[in-house]
Amino acid sequence: MTDTAAILAHLTAQQDPASGVEHGIKADEWERLVNRLGRRPNLVELGIYSVMWSEHCSYKSSRRHLAKFPTKGPRVIQGPGENAGVIDIGDGQAAIFKMESHNHPSYIEPYQGAATGVGGILRDVFTMGARPIALVNALRFGDPSHPKTRQLVSGVVAGIGGYGNCVGVPTVAGETQFDEGYNGNILVNAMAVGLADQDKIFYARGALPGLPILYVGSKTGRDGIHGATMASAEFTEGEEDNRPTVQVGDPFTEKLLIEACLELMATDAIQSIQDMGAAGLTSSSVEMADKGGVGIEMDLDAVPQRETGMTAYEIMLSESQERMLMILKPGKEAVAKAIFDKWDLDAEVIGVTTTTGRLVLKQFGQVVCDIPVAPLGEDAPNYDRPWTEPVKRPAFDIAKHAEPKDYGAVLLKLMSSPDMASKRWVWEQYDRHVMGDTIDSSQSGGDAAIVRVHGTNKALAICSDCNPHYVSADPYEGGKQVVAEAYRNLSAVGALPIAITDNLNFGNPEKPATMGQIVKAIEGMAEACRALDFPVVSGNVSLYNETDGKAIPPTPVVGGVGLIDDLSKTATLKGAREGDALILIGEATGHLGASLYARVWLGLKGDALGPPPPVDLETEKKNGTFIRSLIHKGLVNAVHDVSDGGIACAAAEMALASGIGVRLVGNREPEDTRDEACLFGEASALYLVAASEKQLKAWNSRGFMPGRLGVFGGDAVVLETGWGQDAPEFAVPLSELRAAYEGWLPGYMNAVG
Amino acid sequence: MKTAVIVFPGSNCDRDAHDALKKLTGKPPAMVWHKDGVIPEGTDLVMVPGGFTYGDYLRCAAMAANSPVISQLRDHAARGGYVLGACNGFQILTEMGLLPGALIRNASLHFVCRPQKLKVDSANTAFTSAYAAGSEIILPIAHAQGNYYADTATLDRLEGEGRVAFRYAAGENPNGAARDIAGVLSENGRVLGLMPHPERAVGGHEGGADGVRLFESLMAAA
Repeated sequence: MTDTAAILAHLTAQQDPASGVEHGIKADEWERLVNRLGRRPNLVELGIYSVMWSEHCSYKSSRRHLAKFPTKGPRVIQGPGENAGVIDIGDGQAAIFKMESHNHPSYIEPYQGAATGVGGILRDVFTMGARPIALVNALRFGDPSHPKTRQLVSGVVAGIGGYGNCVGVPTVAGETQFDEGYNGNILVNAMAVGLADQDKIFYARGALPGLPILYVGSKTGRDGIHGATMASAEFTEGEEDNRPTVQVGDPFTEKLLIEACLELMATDAIQSIQDMGAAGLTSSSVEMADKGGVGIEMDLDAVPQRETGMTAYEIMLSESQERMLMILKPGKEAVAKAIFDKWDLDAEVIGVTTTTGRLVLKQFGQVVCDIPVAPLGEDAPNYDRPWTEPVKRPAFDIAKHAEPKDYGAVLLKLMSSPDMASKRWVWEQYDRHVMGDTIDSSQSGGDAAIVRVHGTNKALAICSDCNPHYVSADPYEGGKQVVAEAYRNLSAVGALPIAITDNLNFGNPEKPATMGQIVKAIEGMAEACRALDFPVVSGNVSLYNETDGKAIPPTPVVGGVGLIDDLSKTATLKGAREGDALILIGEATGHLGASLYARVWLGLKGDALGPPPPVDLETEKKNGTFIRSLIHKGLVNAVHDVSDGGIACAAAEMALASGIGVRLVGNREPEDTRDEACLFGEASALYLVAASEKQLKAWNSRGFMPGRLGVFGGDAVVLETGWGQDAPEFAVPLSELRAAYEGWLPGYMNAVG
Repeated sequence: MKTAVIVFPGSNCDRDAHDALKKLTGKPPAMVWHKDGVIPEGTDLVMVPGGFTYGDYLRCAAMAANSPVISQLRDHAARGGYVLGACNGFQILTEMGLLPGALIRNASLHFVCRPQKLKVDSANTAFTSAYAAGSEIILPIAHAQGNYYADTATLDRLEGEGRVAFRYAAGENPNGAARDIAGVLSENGRVLGLMPHPERAVGGHEGGADGVRLFESLMAAA
């Protein structure tokens, strides 16, 4: 039997600053809290403040800097601040998308951490009325030789697949990279994209007083309590003990929830809606109350519970998955309950909105929490953390390093390096085809996935990008490049880049150097967004990715979405034909600083890698527009953006994808005596194109000076170097290249020991 | 051809099946909810779609095979109606006992999604007559439990009676299935279960178009 008197005494006991510290509430925040409340909080109230004021929920270290992002544009229907961003894709339809991290839980319990990351981001999207149509994930793991890496890769990939495959949303794109900087903190960022009619979009805002509050979905259990707080602190060794704070996912219930919610949304029953993500019932109820300017009164005894004897504290802080909270229009309870009953889902009215502006919670008939709503959200701490300007690295001088004797060996090594090698082992575990609209996915190795807008001839292009080595080297230029790369990847398939979601992964913001990375990366990204008309419509910040004081490389990931008006006017990297010319669009500056070549072939690390390539945003925009016009006119057979590994690796990828060899020379200048830079140098605004002579004749390339680098044909990638007739050339048979490219990851994952 | 698609909780290829049948037969199928839905009279083909019915909890397809709609499906099959089960639908048909054998965990222990080369083993069936016997086709697969298992006597009988409709191409078995079996027929040849997704291969996207002829075969037969 539950001893209700003892539970109530425990819950309503007045707390002290020490208890605040245990909840992650620092001394100054405690002062603020007591001032706002006019008294000390009890345990339930302290728990609620601690999660609402956590970094994860309040963005207290990043908020003032996030305001630098451009968030408006002619196609933006909803920018940051709701569950997900919404853009106009024409014909009365909207694309709704967001990316979110599940880093900390995935390190502790990789399968469930990653699975619930997928579940959470799907809910953000269908909460707004969208049917999810695509999933993307951006993964960063530690060095392959680190003893935990293999297990983490295995668990995370199985978790993403286990969840996404079951709910029946295709996982169409993603990136997987490895670096020792992630040994203690992996990154699992998941993005979901959905489709909705513009007149059927649902928001967390808009609540009115006197309306019923409906709880829907899984029962509340004790899992995930204080997940948001965990995600707002550094790790120390032995962190695996936090496993009880990792939630457990149930994709089957999520699938039912999607169908039931969309069915209810087709009626006119919902006033406002919020999924229960981080900080569960607390943040969902407080956010809706705050945005609607209403109070909320809830009877926690009415909350469906998985276990007996749960306290108000546990119920409010539980992060049990697959739950939604909605405020219904008057008299719509029966309509809603009938639909959820059909889908065998719990749905209970647990409270009512009020005019008091207060969050009042009752358990066992007694008030256990009575606090004003406004300070929880609006008055949350908003820090201007001290930061230091990142130190510029000295220029990279290739002359200090020996020229490789065999450029073919370089190509093989780069193409089979962990970051470049095929991720087939990963994406074959994801259902990429369910829903029947996947036009192009990871399967083709393309720059962006192409997913048809159901029942139309239009499509969305979707990609995720971040080169953390560039951002480490120079947060500002690296931040620009992150956005520019997404712009290129979308342009390279013929899509007009529309908007991005961002997922900013950094270390501890209380350290000025880390805060400097955050500030400058955001400023660089914001500048690129402005220049490229590529606004940020949603996002997520994940800080404190540190273990024992060692932070991850700064990793601001961007998920890009572009629009394809006519599916017959797209390109991918796989269409090159025998005899096609290999054409370079853009100026290859042969920049080797922070490049794959410097990292993998030369084995350099840290400052020795030098600065990243600078990004000229005007050129980026101009070249992107040119590429799109070539694609739209049908004047190319294949397109690929040039990034890691430079021209040689990009051309090799095109050759592998089309099954046709290519012979090329780097973008040599007369004064060049060596070929590393022109073959493997990286830059921005670069594309490789395969086009027939007939297509080339029809190009109007005034002002672009496309460079002819080679020709497709044969069954090898042949790198020409040097000058003159006797200059050496290096041929790598496609079969050998493919074996190296495809072989690394399965070899690594299947290795024993 | 008059068609119907059963919708279970956790079905996720039901819309794909709907769209493929609508596109190829010219008429939308009846969507039959597992609890209280009715397979309309005069239905020629019932498709049991893929997905994760009941989350594949307990054992994949075990719960769906005991859902209310199943008795109607049995009656339809008993009347000699056509039944097509793809992926989870195949698992449901074996759980029901409409088809012999069972689908167990992939030998790799991993979910696998890829364009799969198949051999049309028997073109003399209502589901495959539009293919050339022995021809190689590509259909997408996406499953974690597609490893077909049956005892030797059953396998011998299936092969002897020409009831192996599709096999994975030599050397390309993705899941460890016995004798590379990808799809099998009932004794009367009117129930087909297969792991690949013909409904994902009806043209216009990454799945290709090699599934079209399966539906064309059915339309010719029905």
